[in-house]
Amino acid sequence: MKMTKHRFTASILCMAANNISLAHEAADPLISMVSINQLEQRLNHDAQSNDRDISNWNAEVWLGKNLDKLWLKTEGEFVDGQREESELQVLYSRAIAPYWDLQTGWRGDFNPEQNQHWFAVGLQGLAPYFFEIDSALFFGEGGQTALRIDAEYELMFTQKLILSPELETTLYSRNAPKYEQGSGLAKIDAGLRLRYEIRREFAPYIGINWAKKYGNTADISRRNGGDIEALQWVAGIRAWF
Amino acid sequence: MPGPILRWREGDDITLRVRNHLAHDSSIHWHGMILPAEMDGVPGMSFAGIKPGEYFDYAFKVQQSGTYWYHSHSGFQEQTGVYGAIVIEPKEPDPVAYDRDYVVQLSDWSDEAPEDIYAKLKKRGDYYNFNERTAGDLWRDIKEKGLSQTWSDRRMWNQMRMSERDIADVTAYTYTYLMNGATPDQGWTGLFKRGEKIRLRFINSAAMTIFDVRIPGLKMTVVAADGQNVEPFTIDEFRIGVAETYDVIVEPSDDSAYCVFAQSIDRSGFTRGTLSANPALSAAIPNMDPAPVLSHRDMGMAMAGMSHGDQNMGGMAGMDHSQHTMGSMKEMDHSGHDMSNMKGMDHSQHDMAAMSMAMPAPLGKAGFGSNNEITHVKTEFGPQVDARADSPQSGLDDPGIGLRSHQQLYGRKVLRYSQLRNLHPTEDRREPSREIQLHLTGNMHRYMWSVNGVPFADAEPLALSFGERVRITLVNDSMMTHPIHLHGVWSELETGDPEYIPRKHTIMVQPGSKISYLVTADAMGRWAYHCHLLYHMPGMMREVRISHDGGAA
Repeated sequence: MKMTKHRFTASILCMAANNISLAHEAADPLISMVSINQLEQRLNHDAQSNDRDISNWNAEVWLGKNLDKLWLKTEGEFVDGQREESELQVLYSRAIAPYWDLQTGWRGDFNPEQNQHWFAVGLQGLAPYFFEIDSALFFGEGGQTALRIDAEYELMFTQKLILSPELETTLYSRNAPKYEQGSGLAKIDAGLRLRYEIRREFAPYIGINWAKKYGNTADISRRNGGDIEALQWVAGIRAWF
Repeated sequence: MPGPILRWREGDDITLRVRNHLAHDSSIHWHGMILPAEMDGVPGMSFAGIKPGEYFDYAFKVQQSGTYWYHSHSGFQEQTGVYGAIVIEPKEPDPVAYDRDYVVQLSDWSDEAPEDIYAKLKKRGDYYNFNERTAGDLWRDIKEKGLSQTWSDRRMWNQMRMSERDIADVTAYTYTYLMNGATPDQGWTGLFKRGEKIRLRFINSAAMTIFDVRIPGLKMTVVAADGQNVEPFTIDEFRIGVAETYDVIVEPSDDSAYCVFAQSIDRSGFTRGTLSANPALSAAIPNMDPAPVLSHRDMGMAMAGMSHGDQNMGGMAGMDHSQHTMGSMKEMDHSGHDMSNMKGMDHSQHDMAAMSMAMPAPLGKAGFGSNNEITHVKTEFGPQVDARADSPQSGLDDPGIGLRSHQQLYGRKVLRYSQLRNLHPTEDRREPSREIQLHLTGNMHRYMWSVNGVPFADAEPLALSFGERVRITLVNDSMMTHPIHLHGVWSELETGDPEYIPRKHTIMVQPGSKISYLVTADAMGRWAYHCHLLYHMPGMMREVRISHDGGAA
């Protein structure tokens, strides 16, 4: 048998020196994502009530693995530099179906007058026909229960120019005047935002937002001298990393 | 990059000292080499890996000849350039005559760290896809087909929440495609003299990119697949999955220049080189073909009739359509036929016993593939799997998504696996003693990949008894094309001729399709078995354990 010896010293030069050597079993690394869905300035369509400076945010953070994640969700409004109303949710999220996560945890509402705490159970995911759904039941103090369903769709005009209609409905089980909550259908929020993704991660947008209170909630709000309906122009940025 | 070409001779005893100059653990796997398990270079199975600053001595006897390659099997290092070619000269006179040969190594390069690419895919599975359907496409469909037809055409995709444009996970948005390390702008060049036979040794060393290769103006004669000699046949174009190799012979009859063109499967980019008689000449670069669009067939659904020309080839698997154009098939009247009944029919060689659709037959004959029913095991159901192919068709006669109409449209003959015949007679003539059906599964939205719904980390090894002959049937439940690589032993692709079964190390499984191959478990030890798309590999992997008791103990 012929015996030839080849000697070869492979000098493995790393082209990307900062890469971390993962074992192949690392199919499920710990990953985090911060999404600022809305960070926007709002302008009332009704010019008379245009004397206030309104801005709005809606953001999410998750940390976790393929099937189990910790979610934080927050949204709120600043009026003339003061935090008017805001909400924070801290949720444990578990994937239960290919497109659906079951999320449970705590929700806190923070207002100038009265804070409110809830236990949250929600279903978040992608419904057939590509509707992004975030729906949740909230169980609050005094037997109050709230149901909130948010649906969003993305219509791509081009690979980067995307029109996104969004509809959010809120219902309560009973009247709670101190929180301005009335039983039945309480509020509908509808938005239409047109964004341009300069990068996947960063998109400025313009749009329109319409909100209206209904039924007992509207009555309570009217008694307190609040607005029942608002139509606003919006401009903002959407970003994630 | 790439690393040096290693030139060996069949029968040589090779010793290699691989020193790791990285700051991280590394390894070298000799892709397609038949060698002892402890020399295979897979950390966690063959050995512990090579620590920074340390070395490992590989030693094995070269028992084969042909074109192979080597790459790191640690982390995502293939993406960062740790790979090179292996060319092994045969001991006996080479059955392939050629005057000169070139390695043509294809790859994909990104300036992004691979871990960042992986994390982006987990956050947004379509991050790199800039060819999604738009409102304009919808409007065009409505104008052409009307609203109700468009609605019903879109229904399945909408209900399943899948994109027909989901062709490649990572695209030219971040990748530059390379040929022998050269960008398309630089362009690799190979010189020839008129009348020479040139052997091109194509190796796909990309991390994530399947390429479609052609050389306008030159016919290619395929002489080897995955290093192993095949009965020569002539084509104009071939798809090369990640980790596959093809050796082709070209014979330019003039002194002009030819473009060696390799476009990515999703047509987001290409790489190219030049074969030229004169270094001053360059060849025109062709336009890329239109991007493939997936069909119901690619989701493993039963075919709904003959109305979609591009979808129908595979339903007739086993029939020889090599001379047909798709156009002539459309003229056939199949309106009342159930196409699935045609599976297994063969108008040339099979005996009628192969038509065993009705009865639950014993195992299919060696060389002819599986008769078994498709069954989805319990682990395939859950949040980790977004689709299951109910009526997967054979991928054997399918040139692949986007290529099915090339014969008809451009007169290009495209390689199909069914054309592969070993140049040498089948060595192991035994019938398979059993069949293992494995499903390639995933959830694109969550970017999770698995086999039978179970990721590698949670899976038991696949136990084979030393010496046994088994059939593996892969069923692709996903809509991606997966190149599946079995280490240590050959994957003998059942292309319909038991006498000359071709041997491969990596087999592409088409979307929503199935394919079968025979394996002789003649190499003891622990072997990796996985999808060679780099970001699928961590999940879509199994350990194959070959032992005397077949894992019974």
